[in-house]
Amino acid sequence: MLIYIVRRLLYSVVVLIAASFIIFSFVSLSNDPLAFLKMQPNASEQTIENITKRKHLDQSIPVQYVYWAKDAITNQFGTTTIGNRPILPDLTRVMGHTLQLVIAAEILAILVAVIIGVYSALRQYSMFDYTATTFSFVGLATPVFWLALMLQVLFVNIYLWFDVRIFYTASLSGVDPGSGLHFVLDRAQHLGLPIIVLMAASVATYSRYMRASMLEVVNSDYVRTARAKGVSERGVTMRHAFRNALIPLVTIVALNFGGLLGGVVVTETVFALDGMGLYFVTQLQLGDPYPVMAWLMVTATLVIVFNLIADIAYGFLDPRVRYD
Amino acid sequence: MTEQVPATSGAVTAPAERLGSSADLSLSYESGLELKARSQWAYARMRFLRHRLAVGSLIILILIGFVAIFAKQVAPHGFNDQDLVNIAAAPSWDHPFGTDLLGRDYLSRVIYGLRTSLWVAFFVALLSTAFGTAVGAVAGYYGGTTDNLLMRFTDLILTLPGLAVLLTAAAFLGQQSQSIGPISISQPVMIGLILAFLFWTGLARIVRGVYLSLREKEFVEAAKASGAGDMRIMVRHILPNCVGPIVVTMTLIIATAILVEAALSFLGFGIQPPNPALGSLIAEGNVGGLGYWWLVTYPGLVIVIIALAVNFIGDGLRDALDPTQRLRA
Repeated sequence: MLIYIVRRLLYSVVVLIAASFIIFSFVSLSNDPLAFLKMQPNASEQTIENITKRKHLDQSIPVQYVYWAKDAITNQFGTTTIGNRPILPDLTRVMGHTLQLVIAAEILAILVAVIIGVYSALRQYSMFDYTATTFSFVGLATPVFWLALMLQVLFVNIYLWFDVRIFYTASLSGVDPGSGLHFVLDRAQHLGLPIIVLMAASVATYSRYMRASMLEVVNSDYVRTARAKGVSERGVTMRHAFRNALIPLVTIVALNFGGLLGGVVVTETVFALDGMGLYFVTQLQLGDPYPVMAWLMVTATLVIVFNLIADIAYGFLDPRVRYD
Repeated sequence: MTEQVPATSGAVTAPAERLGSSADLSLSYESGLELKARSQWAYARMRFLRHRLAVGSLIILILIGFVAIFAKQVAPHGFNDQDLVNIAAAPSWDHPFGTDLLGRDYLSRVIYGLRTSLWVAFFVALLSTAFGTAVGAVAGYYGGTTDNLLMRFTDLILTLPGLAVLLTAAAFLGQQSQSIGPISISQPVMIGLILAFLFWTGLARIVRGVYLSLREKEFVEAAKASGAGDMRIMVRHILPNCVGPIVVTMTLIIATAILVEAALSFLGFGIQPPNPALGSLIAEGNVGGLGYWWLVTYPGLVIVIIALAVNFIGDGLRDALDPTQRLRA
């Protein structure tokens, strides 16, 4: 088990290094991070020359990559090309905001999906089951950004027509967020819509898996045995079936992390939330390789860690799984 | 771990039985009963046609496809024709989807956008299916070092956070048409290539699994004994057995490509003006503010309908192409 984890981690490090070199090369090759600055009439030759020196932009790509790697390891991902602003403080700030959004959305999504999935499986081919299936098909076919925009349109119009403020449709906090309970309420009103948007896709996926795994378990031999022994229907469902049906969901939730990041990028852009997604898109538009690389390294590491957690958790929960 | 992979990831599919090549071969018995021998394709077609939702979706998708192909004839107005009397007009009989902030007929713009988006999605699906199948087939058939190298490469792409890498690639490579030597690649094609580069991995794994398990089968041995080369065995003998998963995965890729391309274009890193696309139409419509709801609603609805139809077709095909499924009477 330990050997398995160590081997996986070592392999991941190799993957990360390879990926970082490839991404750094094409970010630097196809793009001049100083293009924006060069268009500014009040940026002096001297400034541009200084930045070129500082970031070694006159060197070849592999040399630039080595300088970047050195900066990333010894200097906490270094500083932005223009403005020389440290990257890590910005990154930790936006990560904090995104975590609030993602954790709330995922917990709610798992709760809702488990209830829908279990209920559809227990009442297979019922009206509820068909409705849930239809909704999950529609949910998977709806672009995340479009759902976000439609909710914005809806809630803006509710506000305009009825003068009722249920959710705010942009940004992270009000002008005066206050403190204590007031602050929490303000934050909840701002995060409400982004949470619903992020939930939609997750609920659609998770509830399908939950339904399938619950159906499989309900029809298995040991559940029949439990019934034959005279365990009550409630006991069979909760103790024997439900707990085992949850195991595959753990894997799906952990593996979905990469997809969730995609949703975060789009959602935060639509709702103008000061989180990781918006940060990434903004830096991408500026064309600066340093923050883009820092972001990609952090998220790629997280994705790898979550993949590993998925595998280990599965082995932990299902004693039939063996690692060689 | 490398030794253990073949045993765990092989999706075992029974080789499709080929019952006579002509569909109307009939067998008569002395009792007067007649038995019609059908090919596997005929059974698959029958199973698909019984899936009402899938057939309906197929008809809708074909209609949408025709609208896209004949956009010039179907669209009531030109892509850039302005109606200066009706600027930012809500949907009406003259302009069923309304007009945008410059007075351009929105239905026509959506039709042209549909054309690009649909084209990119099919291009991505074809390209990544071909590539994924080829990689999976070679890896699974030859095994050993070839398999190891190809699958490590596949894993590398699978580990990356998808949309973020796509955005990076699109932002830095896909913003204008590129030319490699004498070949010039237009901007939408560039976006298609980038999408295809990240979408082939899932299929490669599936195809590899089938090849791994089937190359040990007797019919492959028989083909080898009668002198068939590697190429012939891979294409003629094993490939027909993974048509099911390939086709189903391809429909999934079409749906994903439509959605991802729309998201890229919405964020401004996808298809660039003057090429129209559904995602960039939504982004442009959104600039006008939330009062112009039709500018955001209609292109999005079109995306949802296409993605939904493609998913239903995929569902129908999954049932139809699974040889273990019986016809339900």
